[in-house]
Amino acid sequence: MDHSPRAIFAMLDAGMEDQVLASNTPWYCVSCYYCMVRCPQDIPITDIMYTLKRMAIDAGHYQKDKAPEFSQTFIDFVESNGRSFELGLAMRYHLRYHPVGAMKMATGMGLKMFTRGRMELTPTKIKNLPQLKSILKKAKELGGTA
Amino acid sequence: MKYGYYPGCSMEKNARSYHDSTMAIAKSLGIEFVEVEDWNCCGATEYIAIEKIPAYALITRNLALAAEQNGSTNLVAPCSACYLNLKKADHYLTDDPKLKKKVDTALDAGGLNYQPGSVNVQHLLETIAIDIGYQAVEDQVKRPLYNLRVAPYYGCLVPRPAAMEQFDDPEHPVTMDKILKSLGATVIDYPLKAQCCGGHMTQISEDTALEMLRRLLKNAADYDADMIATLCPMCQLNLDAYQDAVNARFGTDYKIPVVYFTQLMGLAFGFPASELGFGKEIVSPSPALEKITVDPPKTPRARRRGKKSGLPTPTITEEG
Repeated sequence: MDHSPRAIFAMLDAGMEDQVLASNTPWYCVSCYYCMVRCPQDIPITDIMYTLKRMAIDAGHYQKDKAPEFSQTFIDFVESNGRSFELGLAMRYHLRYHPVGAMKMATGMGLKMFTRGRMELTPTKIKNLPQLKSILKKAKELGGTA
Repeated sequence: MKYGYYPGCSMEKNARSYHDSTMAIAKSLGIEFVEVEDWNCCGATEYIAIEKIPAYALITRNLALAAEQNGSTNLVAPCSACYLNLKKADHYLTDDPKLKKKVDTALDAGGLNYQPGSVNVQHLLETIAIDIGYQAVEDQVKRPLYNLRVAPYYGCLVPRPAAMEQFDDPEHPVTMDKILKSLGATVIDYPLKAQCCGGHMTQISEDTALEMLRRLLKNAADYDADMIATLCPMCQLNLDAYQDAVNARFGTDYKIPVVYFTQLMGLAFGFPASELGFGKEIVSPSPALEKITVDPPKTPRARRRGKKSGLPTPTITEEG
């Protein structure tokens, strides 16, 4: 992690937007909301981390990290099927970023998951996919990252 | 009692044992689950990281369908991420008219609409602990889980965030502890019970993810847990499937099974293990389940004290 969350907020205060958006800090947020419970000022820190992620993508600042690609691959499957697809996600994302790791995963944990009947081999699609697609298309037009 | 049911993608396959055990115990507890027809993915923690309005529209389609199919109702989500997303969307749509206007327009493109507040989103734990109650759970117990030491693991998204009305303490939740106790199990102290398992971090930074998992496993081992009980498909997957990786990385030898609290309920209610999805775990729960005894644990004997000499000391009777 490039900067601690405290440093990120201090940097935002100091107007260092570029450095904040280029930092990998928001992508290390696991979204556990602990900070929001603890914050005495009731700042929605987790939501701000999400906003920073979206702003970083808009600003084209994310190339150095693979985390946005994971999110993107995940939502690609959701947008085309209406459901997430674990195997497809693992294959497409890992083959692109660490093919050796992908092989290890496929033969190790992947195989264990498969033999225990915990992995779907084909994606499930919802019935009214056209409806979902129209909703998402309209939502994207309304856009706005922040 | 009738409830809307939103299973979420994980329940279909990866966490099938959670779904199956939930359906089994629902019968005993008099709960009727009506699955939302044609529900879609909640977007997990990923969609909102890329796009805001589509993320809320995606989630809200489910709320709209639930309201349309079942009217104003309770909607139960057993997955932590699904629960949080559904509840958060409903909450933010109530609070933020600008967001609501955009989401309304998007839903309208699909011929749907949703009035915030018309669906009451619950996590399954809340349904069982609060609506059904501990006594009703205890009344169903036919085979108590005596002498099974269980670490109650809540993870992050069910107890939090505190900004919304919560059914349990965001840092020190106890509802699952109480359910497990009514099953006869020995619920251990588990200080990290509401810490995050890392979620999708295994895919982004394995170093970070494995360290988070190591802490959770070590904490359970330190308190002699026979198993960890969980309420979330992501937590189960991470702690179970990555346990080997944690052992390889840190030179540890953890073999702590991770099962859903509903599976333990089913077992105590007398259902056969096969109907509850046991056997799908990577770390086998069999050795732990064999520790269950017919007789309740003996009350630990009061600590033997030395000869009464020297300064007078107050005596404390130990509770069982």
